[in-house]
This record gives sequence, structure tokens and C-alpha cells, in this order.
Amino acid sequence: MSDDGADLEQNVGQRFDRLPETSDERTVEGRASREDVVGYFEERFAIPPETFDDHTFWEKGSGKIWVYAGESPSTVELEALGMTCLRTRQEHWKPTTDAIQRFGRHATRNVIELSREEAERFVDGADQDLEWDGDWGYLIAAHQVAGELEPLGVGLYIHGELRSMVPKGRQRDL
Amino acid sequence: MEPLERYRPVVDDFEAFLEACRRPLGTAVRVNAIKASVDRATATLEEEGVGYEQADWNPRVLRLETDSPGSTWASFHGFTHGQEEVSAVPPVVLDPQPGERVWDACAAPGGKTTQLAALMDDRGTVVGNDSNLGRLSALRFNAERLGATSIVVTNQDARNYSMNPLAFDEFDRALVDAPCSCEGTIRKNPDALDDWSIGHVQSVVGIQKGILRRAIQATREGGAVVYSTCTFAPEENEAVVDYALEREDCRVVPFDLGLMHSPGLTEWEGEEYDSSLEEAARIYPHQNDTGGFFVAKLEVGA
Repeated sequence: MSDDGADLEQNVGQRFDRLPETSDERTVEGRASREDVVGYFEERFAIPPETFDDHTFWEKGSGKIWVYAGESPSTVELEALGMTCLRTRQEHWKPTTDAIQRFGRHATRNVIELSREEAERFVDGADQDLEWDGDWGYLIAAHQVAGELEPLGVGLYIHGELRSMVPKGRQRDL
Repeated sequence: MEPLERYRPVVDDFEAFLEACRRPLGTAVRVNAIKASVDRATATLEEEGVGYEQADWNPRVLRLETDSPGSTWASFHGFTHGQEEVSAVPPVVLDPQPGERVWDACAAPGGKTTQLAALMDDRGTVVGNDSNLGRLSALRFNAERLGATSIVVTNQDARNYSMNPLAFDEFDRALVDAPCSCEGTIRKNPDALDDWSIGHVQSVVGIQKGILRRAIQATREGGAVVYSTCTFAPEENEAVVDYALEREDCRVVPFDLGLMHSPGLTEWEGEEYDSSLEEAARIYPHQNDTGGFFVAKLEVGA
């Protein structure tokens, strides 16, 4: 199929569509491909691509990407398929807290380790001034739990500040 | 406690039963194996000073020494999920295997659905269905928090469930944790018996029968169906299974359960049920200091 946009289909907001393998195979303009999504997690967080070998990726709603391990549905009228993992609507893609908690253990890049006190503030939704000499943008915030580094969720690091991206419903006063 | 009086003839040590029903329930959580081993979950609790006791029958069920099990690091990371001890029984009895196709017909808010996914190592397909769209948001929230990626969520009336949205046309296993009169939850919810009437019991029976029949029809030959409720009423338990036995190709099968329990009833108020219903389990609050539950396991087409 041509990729000039003329005969591309539209994204339908309430329907799950499987992501094409590569952008050459896409039929919806602007839609991310599996290659793009896996590549994003590898480039940004060094999460190995094989982490997602057993998963498929789907889009429902504009730019909202879902990751799913089960058998592909035959129609697309479903309430949910696996979990939301990535928002691709904006220039800077944004992973979800839940996907980072699930897959972020495999990350070795752009992971900021927080102390227990910093972690408490982070999960309570607070922004905090922190030293970080790596990239700006979305980071994986993590802390030590029972002897291992465990991802807490997504933070946005900008101008010397780590902003908590933990959604209201997932915030906790610990 | 008045509505429970009618169970005096069938419950051993009825006074102990009533006494247990008056006591509030302790706090229990289930370890979510998708995100943490039992060792890691318990080490996390120890690190934050939360006491716990592992259930004898299931090392993944922990009784916690806290009133707010959601305010722990173990919970924030999705290592644990607040779930009543007996509520963890039906998925264990269903015994789903990695890679299988499993239907949870009445899935919201998702404690058992996510437990099924965890028992399958998050591999295979768990279809979590509920007729109530509002309650589905709780199911989705829990599935994502617990990191389950093998769950498909559908919103249908389970009594005439359509397989059309799915990639296959029968399930390997199905769980029918039916909407019920909830008598067994009295320790958690002291208002549970306020609206009790035999009319209410009878009104849910029709729905229960419809869902169980559909679950049997949607499960492959040799597959398993577990029927469970959190109530004591035989009208909603043995009578529903008996009804399905007469109309669908299935039989009651025994299962091992490491919890104290009583056998299912084979007669109640002049009604007789199939003798195989003895293989079902009635779990009473005084037997294990839990809530109350009924569980029956069926094998399809055998």
C-alpha cells in the first residue's frame, strides 16, 4: 500500500487496531508501528526489544498504545486489551506508570534512583528539586526494595526538577 | 443475623458459626506473582515493618497486621492485592494453566481475574467480562496496577455471551463467581443482611442459572467450570448447579482444598439435589476464621 497519505484510513477512537510491524506497512496516517514502540523503549530506556517478544501492540483512541499478551481478538469492540503503555500523541512520547512498573525493571538508561524519602514524595505526586546529570525528559524513577531496584513510575525531569507523573488514582501517602 | 437462623439444621456448631459472623474480618492480601515472588513480597513487607502470617492452604495468601493494606510499598508496586482469603479459593480450584483460554464471566472488580492471570504466568488469554460498565473501570484499574497483560475486558450480559469479539469459539476453563445475596460477607460488611429477603434470593437465582449454563456451553469438552458464590443459600448454590446438571452435559468433580469446609447439601427444604453435590464445598466463617463461600467444580461433556 502506498504511504503518501491519500488512501490512508482514519484512526477510529473507540476501536482497537493492531499496530503495523513497520511504518512501511501502516495504513493509518501518523500511527506508530511496533518497530517504533519497541525502538522507543530501547532507545530511551535501553529495555531490550526481546522483552516484548510475547506481546502485541494496539491503538485505541488517538495515540494511546496498549500492550497485550493474549490471543488477538477477531473484532475490535472490546473495553480493554492488556494495559495502556504509551502515549504517542505529543512530540515526546510518554510511557504509563503501570507499564513502567511492569517492564521498567529491564531498563538501564534514564533511570533515576531515589532515596526512600524521595520515593515517598514521588508516589505522593510531589515535584522535587534533584540532581541529575543525564538527559532531560521522561525518566524512570526507581528505588531499592528488598535488595533490588524497583521502578516506581514515570517522572519528567526538566530544569533541575523531577515532576511526578504518577496519576492521581495511583498516588499514595506512604 | 436473623436470616442466618434457617441454616441452624445444616451448620455444625451453629453457635460458633453465629459468633464468627459477628466478629469483624481481618485484613488479607494476595501476593501477585506477575510482579513479585512470595519471598520478595514478604521481604518488602518486613522491610516496612508490616507484620503478616501466611495462610497454610496457600502461601500466596497473607493475613496482614495492618488496617490499611493499600498504604504499603508492597501494594504500591503491585506485589500485593487486597483480597479476602476465601475469595482467593475459586481461581485456585479452577487451576488454569499458562497459555489457556479462560473466561471470568462476572469479573469486576477483578481480584479473581488478576489471580487467574497470575496463575497462568500472564500467558494465555483471560477474558474478564462484566455486565456493569461502571464496575469495569475498577477491573481495568486493578489489572493495570497488577501488571496483567493477558486480560481482555468485555462488557456483555454473561447469560447470552457472544464469542464474536474473540479469536476463538470456546474456552478451556470458565469461572462463574455469580452475583449473589452475599450472606457470607457479613463480617466485612455488617449491612449485608439488611435487605435480605427470600424474594431477593429467588430473584438472583434466575441470573445465576443463566450464567452457569452459558459458561458450560462456552467451555470445550473436557474443560472445567467453577461455580462460586459468597453466600450460604442452597437456592443460590446447590440448586443452581443441580439445575445445570439436568440441562447441560457436565458433571460435578471433586477437588482438593486445604481449608476446613463442609460438603455441599443434597437436600434442602424438601428439594433433593444430585448426590454428586456432596463434592462441592461450603466454607463457613468459624471453620477457618474467614468469610463464607460456596464452590463447586464441573467437568464439561464427560
